[in-house]
Amino acid sequence: MNDTVIEMAAVSKRYLLGEDHPGASLRETLAYGVRRLRPGASRPRRDELWSLRDVDLEVARGTSLGIVGRNGAGKSTILKVLSRITEPTSGISRTRGRVAALLEIGTGFHPELSGRENIYLNGAILGMRRNDISRRLDEIVEFSGVSRFIDTPIKRYSSGMYLRLAFAVAAHLEPDILLVDEVLAVGDAEFQRKCLDTMASVERSGRTVVFVSHDLGAIASLCATSVWLDGGRIRRQGQTSDVVADYLASATTADGARTFQERAGAPVSLLGITVRDHRGVATTLLSRGQAFSISLRIRLSLKLPGMDCAIYVATRAGTRVFDEMWSDRVAGRPVGPGEYEVSAVIPPCLNVGDYVVGVWLGTSYETFLDDPAVAALRLEGSTSDRPERLVELPLKWTHQDAGVGTGGINNTGGDSWTELNKSSKLPS
Amino acid sequence: MLPHIAEITGWVENSPASRTGLRPLLEVLHHRDLVRFLALRDLKVRYKQAAFGLAWAVLQPLLGVAVFTIVFNRIAGVAAPGVPYVVFTYVGLAGWAYLSTSVNECSESLVRYSALVTKVYFPRAVAPLASVLPGLADLAVASVALAVLMAVTRTAPGLPLLALPLALLSLVVAALAVGIWLSALNVQFRDVRLVLAFFLQLWLFVSPVVYPPDLVHGSWQYIYALNPSVGPLGLLRWSLLGIPLNAGPVAESLLVALALLVAGLYYFQATERRFADVI
Repeated sequence: MNDTVIEMAAVSKRYLLGEDHPGASLRETLAYGVRRLRPGASRPRRDELWSLRDVDLEVARGTSLGIVGRNGAGKSTILKVLSRITEPTSGISRTRGRVAALLEIGTGFHPELSGRENIYLNGAILGMRRNDISRRLDEIVEFSGVSRFIDTPIKRYSSGMYLRLAFAVAAHLEPDILLVDEVLAVGDAEFQRKCLDTMASVERSGRTVVFVSHDLGAIASLCATSVWLDGGRIRRQGQTSDVVADYLASATTADGARTFQERAGAPVSLLGITVRDHRGVATTLLSRGQAFSISLRIRLSLKLPGMDCAIYVATRAGTRVFDEMWSDRVAGRPVGPGEYEVSAVIPPCLNVGDYVVGVWLGTSYETFLDDPAVAALRLEGSTSDRPERLVELPLKWTHQDAGVGTGGINNTGGDSWTELNKSSKLPS
Repeated sequence: MLPHIAEITGWVENSPASRTGLRPLLEVLHHRDLVRFLALRDLKVRYKQAAFGLAWAVLQPLLGVAVFTIVFNRIAGVAAPGVPYVVFTYVGLAGWAYLSTSVNECSESLVRYSALVTKVYFPRAVAPLASVLPGLADLAVASVALAVLMAVTRTAPGLPLLALPLALLSLVVAALAVGIWLSALNVQFRDVRLVLAFFLQLWLFVSPVVYPPDLVHGSWQYIYALNPSVGPLGLLRWSLLGIPLNAGPVAESLLVALALLVAGLYYFQATERRFADVI
């Protein structure tokens, strides 16, 4: 028996921008139609956007597929086509079994309905019988942790509660195929871990997961195979470790500076990134043991209270070494429209190796950019034959004589490092 | 229990050719639990302000009856065949209230559920279908006042009462036939609702709501019967009040409603693939 449950053959999806834009009025369209009837009238050109181009894909039952790529690479569109929310412009997409999708934070929830009603609504959408849904209701409510608000309309939920319930519903209504887009963008670490565990168990129970995320570490831990989408096309497909390494390598440039197109309509966009060594020279070849800086050029097109950014650095394998937010350290950040250069100095803590810099731009409510591969860097130097490790830390070492009868003189300065070392339990 | 479409074909396909033929209709059948859920939900919302919701279903036709009895019956001298004008008009107005409310709800159905349409797949025709069902509850409520009215005026229903389900079905078909067009158009053109208010007003005047269809004579009857409300309202009055049916025009009107529905489903199917991109 053929065990393929997802099949895409030469799938393309085109979006038209321009004349017949959404929300056009009937009156305008009729007037436009009449104008076109006149001889000599030409059809105005419309801008096209190919969100997917000739995508071929096969996914077997009981496996997890990761999808990586930049913003606008077509990751969300692929899920929309798989879930049948939208139809491809050409090509065929086929799925076998029930498909549940968790897209762009939130599944098919109706804001006016209560949490409980939305659970039934989603079950009915999946084609389940009322009894089947009732049987799983407790499980869903418990997983979501929103039992106190289960009879409150969804529109009063916080984004975290909304997401919890959405994930609980999608995962527990026993779909044969679970499509998950970027759930890890919100929610606390505990909930994220629960989500990943659930996805893993969905896979183990013989069902199929397609997972889109910027968190390459999560993709690497959950998905054996992955697809890298670039400009709507599949750039690479195969073992997740290979795909992720290739994807991250694509950010590499010789000199330390990269520029980007401003994104139309986005309140904040990243115009460029520059990596400088300790002398201030723009380069991505850095030496271990020296601090370096990362500078972002950001444009705000309007006043954006709470504007924030984060810089994160990951290894080529996708393991995130650190992820630091501007607001963690600085309270008074600019919010008015204009161009800013935001810089952060990274102390000498990274070991020799290749790293990838990711950037996040947004506010506490919205993400405008989350790109895990905007720049790549290489740290060079001697590893002095030490075992492989991610970070090098300037640990403060102390010692004290623990011999019998000597009184145990503490010979250190009593700073916070010492306190930390004293209070931590040693493994027995 | 109807098997899921995936159990029939093994695969569910999404391609430019997949939403054609009878397949989308089969899918709607499979999702009848969803139809029921959405219809019941609408009903609950409508009757949430319970006392007023119930009162409105009775008051609306009653107030109409008062006005139209004075204007048409007393002043203009319009009479009803064989039954008191008050009862005749009450049935017409109750039927019309169902039609206009349902067409209105139906035209808004997809836009109202846009949060769902963009996030999850379900057979899109479920939304307009579910939106024409809650109006039937209004009719049930209105029928209580009708019973009182008939008792007072000593109008007894006869055997045709058994055909009431058929009359109701024809009302639903007529509402859906007009509404399904509007629901799809409304996704693409947001000024549909402005046109709709005007359209409903005109439709009321050309429908046999406050005057009997016999006012129209000769071959005009057949032009008049192109109106899909003529048949259902005729059937409703025949089954409740025993007013004789003018078979030709009624049959014609029912056929028009059916044809409009089939064409509407076809149009709906042709445009539903773009709903999520456009809404």
